[in-house]
Amino acid sequence: MSTDNRTDALASAGRRTRLRWPRAWRSPLGIVGAVIAIAWVIVAFTASWWVPFEPNAQVLPRLQEPGVDTLLGTDGTGRDIFSRLMTGATVTIPLALMLVVAAMVIGTVVGAVAGYFGRWVDETLMRITDLVMAFPTVILAMVIAASLGPSLFNAVIAAIVVSWPQYARVTRSLVLGLRGQNYVIAGRLLGRSPLTSLTVDILPNIVGPMLVLATLDIGAAILLLSGLSFLGLGAQPPTAEWGSMISWAIQNFDAWWLGVFPGLAILTVVAAFNFLGDALRDILDPTGEVAHENQADRAASATGAAA
Amino acid sequence: MSDRIVLDAHDLVVRYPGSPPVVAVDGVSLRISAGETVALVGESGSGKSSVARAVAGIDRPAEGEVRFDGGAVTALGIRRRARELTAIQMVFQDPSTSLNPRRRVGDQVSDGITAARARGLEGSRPEEWFERVGLDTAAVSRFPHQFSGGQKQRIAIARALAARPHLLVADEPISALDASTQTSVAALMRDLVSELGAGMLFISHDLAVVQRIADRTLVMYGGRVMESGDTAAIWAAPRHPYTRALLGAIPKPDGAGRVPVSPTAAERATWTDVPPVED
Repeated sequence: MSTDNRTDALASAGRRTRLRWPRAWRSPLGIVGAVIAIAWVIVAFTASWWVPFEPNAQVLPRLQEPGVDTLLGTDGTGRDIFSRLMTGATVTIPLALMLVVAAMVIGTVVGAVAGYFGRWVDETLMRITDLVMAFPTVILAMVIAASLGPSLFNAVIAAIVVSWPQYARVTRSLVLGLRGQNYVIAGRLLGRSPLTSLTVDILPNIVGPMLVLATLDIGAAILLLSGLSFLGLGAQPPTAEWGSMISWAIQNFDAWWLGVFPGLAILTVVAAFNFLGDALRDILDPTGEVAHENQADRAASATGAAA
Repeated sequence: MSDRIVLDAHDLVVRYPGSPPVVAVDGVSLRISAGETVALVGESGSGKSSVARAVAGIDRPAEGEVRFDGGAVTALGIRRRARELTAIQMVFQDPSTSLNPRRRVGDQVSDGITAARARGLEGSRPEEWFERVGLDTAAVSRFPHQFSGGQKQRIAIARALAARPHLLVADEPISALDASTQTSVAALMRDLVSELGAGMLFISHDLAVVQRIADRTLVMYGGRVMESGDTAAIWAAPRHPYTRALLGAIPKPDGAGRVPVSPTAAERATWTDVPPVED
C-alpha cells in the first residue's frame, strides 16, 4: 500500500515538474524585467503608427505642462514629449540591440579563435583586445564618434568598437576551458577540422553565458548611446532621442517634464534588461536549477515529515 | 590474433615544460598487433596517460616515433586529421566529460559512423551500436546528462567503435566506474574490439581486470617500462621488484580486513635501479 502511494506521489511530482516553468523564470524581478523589456521592444517597433503627434511637428503651445491633451507635456519648440519619447524608443532600442549583437559576434569570433588556436594567434588578438580595453569606455567612444563626425550611425560604430573586447575576453576564457575537454578531443580524433570543432563542440556550450552577458550589456549599450547623444555626438536634432532630449532639457531647467520622462525611459529600459539578464543567468545555469529544485524538495519533505 | 602490426611506437619520450622539465615518459617502445589487447599498468604519475596521448596523436612526443598501419602518426594541430588516422580512437577516463552535453547521444555516435564512412567503410546506424554496448536503442535521442556514468562510458565506447578503429586507446576507461560495472565494461570493450579485429591499448591500474582481458602487459614506473610480457606469465611469476610490489598491493577479499602495506621510500628508490625485464 505504502509503495503504491509512493509511486503515485512520484508520478504526480513528475507531471508537476514537466508543467512547471523553470524556477528562475518565476522570480519576480525576472518577470518584471521581461514584461517591461518586451513592452519597450513592442513600442520600439510599432510607435511610428500610433503616436498622437508627429514627433518633429511644432504644432502645440510651447512648454505645456503634462495634461490631458499632451500626456507628458511639450518642449521648448512645441513638440509633444510623449510622441517624441515613444519615437525615441524606435531609434534607441533597435540600435542598441544591433550594437550588442554586432559586438557579441565580433567579440565571440575574436575570443574563440584566440582561445582555440592559442600561441601567437592568442597573443596577437588578446593584446589588441587589451589595447582597446585600456581606455575608459565612454572617453574612447567619444574620441571615435568625434573623429568620425557626430551622427547616430557613427555613435553606434563607436559603441561597437568599445564593447566587443569584453565578449572576446569572456569567450576566450570559456573556450580555453572547453578546448581540453575530452569530447572536443574525441571530435578531433574523429576527423573534425578545428573550425567544425569550434562550431559544433565548443560554441553551443558557451551560448548560455554569452546570451546573459549580451542581455546585461543591452542596458549598458542604451546608456552609452544616450550618453553620446547627450554629449551631442550621437543623434542630431531634430531626431527624437532620449539622450539628446535630456541634453535639451538642461536649457529649460524649470520645465521638469522635459528631462524626467526621457530619464525614466532610460532607467526603465536599462533596469528591465538587467533584471532579464540576471534571470537568464539563473535559467541557463542547469546546476543552479537542480540545486533550487533539490532544496525545494528537501524543504517539502521536511515539512511533510513534521506534519 | 594476426601478425599484422597496427601500432609500432619506439623510444617515446614525453616532456612537459617546467624548470627542470618533467620527463613523463622516458624511452617507451610498444607494439600492438591486430586483435591483440595490450595492457599498460602502473601507479599514478608513471606516464601511462602520456603514452596514450602520444600514441593517439593528441600530444607530440619530444622524441621517438609512432607508426600506425605503416604510416607516421602526426599530432593534432591546425589541420584536419588525416583520414587514415581516424582509425585510431580513444576512450577517456572521465565519462562525464567524454560527451558533448548539448548534443543528442545518437548524433555523437553518428560522428563515429561518419568517420568510418569517410574511410570508405560501410555505414551503420547508431541504434546498432547502442545495442552492441548494451543500451536501449530508444536512448539515441537523449542527452548525456540523462545517463549514468557507466552508460555514458558505454556511449563513448560506442562512438569510438562506430568509427571502426584499427586501434582503440583506452585511457583508464573503467576507473571512474563502480566496481560492479568495471568488469562488464572492460569485458565488453575486449569483445567488441576483437570482433572488429582491432588492437587495443588498455590503460588501467586495476590489475584484476587487466589479468582477465589483456594478452600482454607492460608495467610502467617512473616513465619507463619495467617489465613486459605475457599477462599470464607476469601474473604467475613477476620478475621485477616493482611488478611484485604492484601485485602485492591488491587487497584480498578474504574477510580478514588486511590492508596491503605500502612500499617504503627505500624500496621505491631501488625499483629504478633494477634494469627492465623483457621477454
